[in-house]
Amino acid sequence: MMKAGAMIDEWYPVGLFSRLTETGNKTALMGEPIEVARAQDGSARVTSGNGRKLPVRVRYGHVWSSLGNPVKELFAIPEADQPGRRFVDVGVVRVRCSPLRAVENFLDIAHFPFVHTDILGAEPHTEVENYKVEIREDEDEVWATQVKFYQPQAAKSATGGITTEYMYRVPAPTCSVLYKTCPPRPGEWDVITLFVQPLAEDLCDVWPWMALFDDETPMTDLIHFQQMIFLQDRSILENQIPALLPLDPGMEIPTRADLTSVAYRRWLKRHNYTYGAQLVAQ
Amino acid sequence: MKLYDYILSPSCYKIRLMAAILGIKLDIRPVDFHPGAEHREPELLALNPAGSIPILEDGDLVLTESSAILAYLAAGNAPEWLGTGTPEETARVQQWLSFSHRLTANLGGARLHEMLLRPGNIEILQAQGISALRELEASLFEQQLRGMRFLASNRATIADIACFPYVALAPDGGISLDPYPTIRLWLRAIRSIDGFIEMPGIHRLHELKPDPHPAKEER
Repeated sequence: MMKAGAMIDEWYPVGLFSRLTETGNKTALMGEPIEVARAQDGSARVTSGNGRKLPVRVRYGHVWSSLGNPVKELFAIPEADQPGRRFVDVGVVRVRCSPLRAVENFLDIAHFPFVHTDILGAEPHTEVENYKVEIREDEDEVWATQVKFYQPQAAKSATGGITTEYMYRVPAPTCSVLYKTCPPRPGEWDVITLFVQPLAEDLCDVWPWMALFDDETPMTDLIHFQQMIFLQDRSILENQIPALLPLDPGMEIPTRADLTSVAYRRWLKRHNYTYGAQLVAQ
Repeated sequence: MKLYDYILSPSCYKIRLMAAILGIKLDIRPVDFHPGAEHREPELLALNPAGSIPILEDGDLVLTESSAILAYLAAGNAPEWLGTGTPEETARVQQWLSFSHRLTANLGGARLHEMLLRPGNIEILQAQGISALRELEASLFEQQLRGMRFLASNRATIADIACFPYVALAPDGGISLDPYPTIRLWLRAIRSIDGFIEMPGIHRLHELKPDPHPAKEER
């Protein structure tokens, strides 16, 4: 519990609201057992191992909770209220890796041609062009913009190779929101998120969620497309060394393509968000 | 031919892989196995009361066992994938097809537990999985001594396709393949088959990957 540090007061996804049961589901948050259930009035209820009622939010298809006392409201995704979008509950995938490593991998584009071959990237189109990264002080979020990449099949709705534009946003230590060129509706962004529930420092449940403009593709196909992408990452995440995300330089050498990761690590360190991280001093 | 399919299911992938190698076009009907549990809904239970996928529909024929589906695809399109028909080879193919169901239970069970949070006793599943891998390693080594690269013969058969996915994905269930060099050579041999397709967690051979130790010019 001590190790949770500043991350204790953050919100975390703990389940899909649509799949709650009255019997409840036993899971964990930062090493502490919790239970997530549907109360008789239909609302979500989260209790800690010792019976303490934990704060609850229901947003973006998921139930959110915290072991501490969140001072900030759960981050906003304005697109979640935009008419015409379809919301996709992709479902949980457990990964034996640091929750921070899961987010960092989501922020990386350089691995697309090698891991998501012929879908999100393809050899020999491996170059990552320059893009912009900043820590936005007002929102207190990490943003990467003007990210461009050639993708053979950028989305389920894409019918051929396109150069896709991306924006990445990290609004919470274990959550990232990706805005991506929307093939059927130029001018709008598809929203793809990665919500990560930290079970332990080296174990997490990952809950991807999407808000898309796509009236054609059946829901199951949308779910499977995203599960396919994430499962291509899973075995790589489970084999990363060191298991905990190094926040100080020295353990790993970043390149220009890793600017988002560098900013993410800096932002984590600045806030003392170190659950799942390691510092050189340790 | 219609396949009720789930992208992350190794049993469904067996069928997709066999069909791709044989050049058979499948009409894929995605099933929301996770998180939707659609395989336990009335429509699919009517087709397969066992509540499992894959299911293959071809006209009046409905097949719900992956080994039977593999045999059907091979028999109708490329009978050499059933083996040469000698008593010994026929028996070996059947032996490994049955063995593949053990892999579904132990390696597959460990994977579902570790990845999609399905209930189960993970220690027992992993121990049984390791025991199956040791058996496979020893058998493949013996095959090598007989001059054969695959499970039943010197060419791949439906038995190899039936055993391949759960073995290749063993690490998803927390079981390392590092101790099994003969298994890893066999996995590579299957990945080199013309028409091979990947599934999430099983990568293709990257032909463009540079040789890490290029040969030095002859002096």
